[in-house]
Amino acid sequence: MVAYFTEIFTGLMSLFIGMGITFKEFFKPTVTVSYPYETLTMSARYRGHIELVENEEGNSQCVVCGLCEKACPSDCITLAGEKPEGGKKKVLTKYMLDFTKCSLCGSCVESCSFGAITFSKEYNLASTKKEDFYFDLLKRLEERNT
Amino acid sequence: MNSPILLQPDETFILNVGPQHPATHGVLRVKMEMNGEYIVNAETVIGYIHRMHEKMGELKTYPQFLMNLSRMDYLGALGYSHGHVLLVEKASGIVVPERAEYIRAIMVELNRIASHLFWFGAFVMDLGGFSPLMYALQDREHILDMLEAVTGSRLTYCYFRFGGLYNDVDDDFITAARQFIPRMRKSMKKYHKLVTGNIIFRKRLEGIAPLSKEMCRKYGASSAVARGSGINFDVRKNEPYSVYPEFDFDVPVYHECDSLARYMVRMDEIEQSLRIVEQGLDKLPGGPIMPDKKPKLIKPPVGDYYQAVETARGSFGIRLVSDGGKNPYRLKLRSPTYSNMHLFDEACRGMMIMDALAFMGSLDLVIPEIDR
Ligand code: SF4
Ligand code: SF4
Repeated sequence: MVAYFTEIFTGLMSLFIGMGITFKEFFKPTVTVSYPYETLTMSARYRGHIELVENEEGNSQCVVCGLCEKACPSDCITLAGEKPEGGKKKVLTKYMLDFTKCSLCGSCVESCSFGAITFSKEYNLASTKKEDFYFDLLKRLEERNT
Repeated sequence: MNSPILLQPDETFILNVGPQHPATHGVLRVKMEMNGEYIVNAETVIGYIHRMHEKMGELKTYPQFLMNLSRMDYLGALGYSHGHVLLVEKASGIVVPERAEYIRAIMVELNRIASHLFWFGAFVMDLGGFSPLMYALQDREHILDMLEAVTGSRLTYCYFRFGGLYNDVDDDFITAARQFIPRMRKSMKKYHKLVTGNIIFRKRLEGIAPLSKEMCRKYGASSAVARGSGINFDVRKNEPYSVYPEFDFDVPVYHECDSLARYMVRMDEIEQSLRIVEQGLDKLPGGPIMPDKKPKLIKPPVGDYYQAVETARGSFGIRLVSDGGKNPYRLKLRSPTYSNMHLFDEACRGMMIMDALAFMGSLDLVIPEIDR
């Protein structure tokens, strides 16, 4: 009998203690941001989809060695290049990223010894069409320059 | 206690739980034969998100498979990567710099806390309490921010490399981690007051779903499921790997065998992980994070290798059979939740359905990890 009433009493107490905590929390400052009206800056090492790095002239630094293409576990990267007439080095003519398959592992960025690709800070990437995720990185680079 | 009232066998009905039941956090289906509110028989049906990780392991080269491991268990991803890199390093004789191993241990433990916090929130939500989830997520967010600043991703990290790490931690991380430890300890007190002491919570867990030692052994259960049933087994202590022998920490074991014991083990584990992080930060040596000679092509010699690690969900084993080529000949992933889940079928017989769902929550299932 005593145990029965003690249990009711301690049980009720435990509920009040819990409510006290939620009550205190209620007056604490808000910690969330109301996205999309407010956004946070991405951390410096944030990994978005990859992007081409430009050199001083605004061209890609890529030498079309194809190492990134080989390193990618999911075959996301398709690239092509050609030697311009009279030129010595190959010039990038096409760099396609199939972001539908990319897992942001970073193998491509690490395999490139020329620093020609890097991670972007892009994260607003919702779309209803699959085609929107086939990125032409060379075109994006040109768009950035204009 | 949980003996079903006697009904004729043909009075049972089939209840289909899932595949999208909100209490199961993933796509698990449980076919239950019910007798009123009591379970007569239950059958877990898995495989809805099978992604052939083991086959992918055979088809991809070693570095290409690195990111797959973090896709197995989205809550405690780093523990799985840790097992994989340790195994391949052991097989191909790569020596890891000390600093890298310390950072790995710190990261894995932080990830374990994050995983346990999420489990804590979701578990209490399964039982009908919503606010603890919000508080737990707030604390977890601190860990995810720290990990994001270092690894670049928030959930499916690809941070460990054969021989070391993707990049080094900076002072910001160390300060943030140091600040996090007292904060988390304070939060733990709050959680114990808010949840552990709560009478409704206790009534729903105490003495419910007893799991005997024998049953845990039979199904190969590990993590809090085994430790809540009095089995003192933790891979970090029993088969030490990495730098864990350098740390002073305890393995929480409870002998009550009920759902509350499993809950208590995980809550205590958070404190133990905090201790490891604290010691790791104190002892963190300087030096490189990759060996001087970066391993270029990974081709382990012919042989059969095995490595077990303690992840947030239990002991994860990974076995590699190498034929000396660029790809593994066979890569077997022993998933801890797979074993933990399968005792559900037998253990929930005669239980009331709401107790069974609470029991399932106490097993801490991550379905993508079972299905692989
Ligand atoms: S991040 Fe990984 S998956 Fe994505 S394109 Fe680069 S190598 Fe391929
Ligand atoms: S590895 Fe670098 S230089 Fe080589 S093709 Fe890829 S982006 Fe270009």
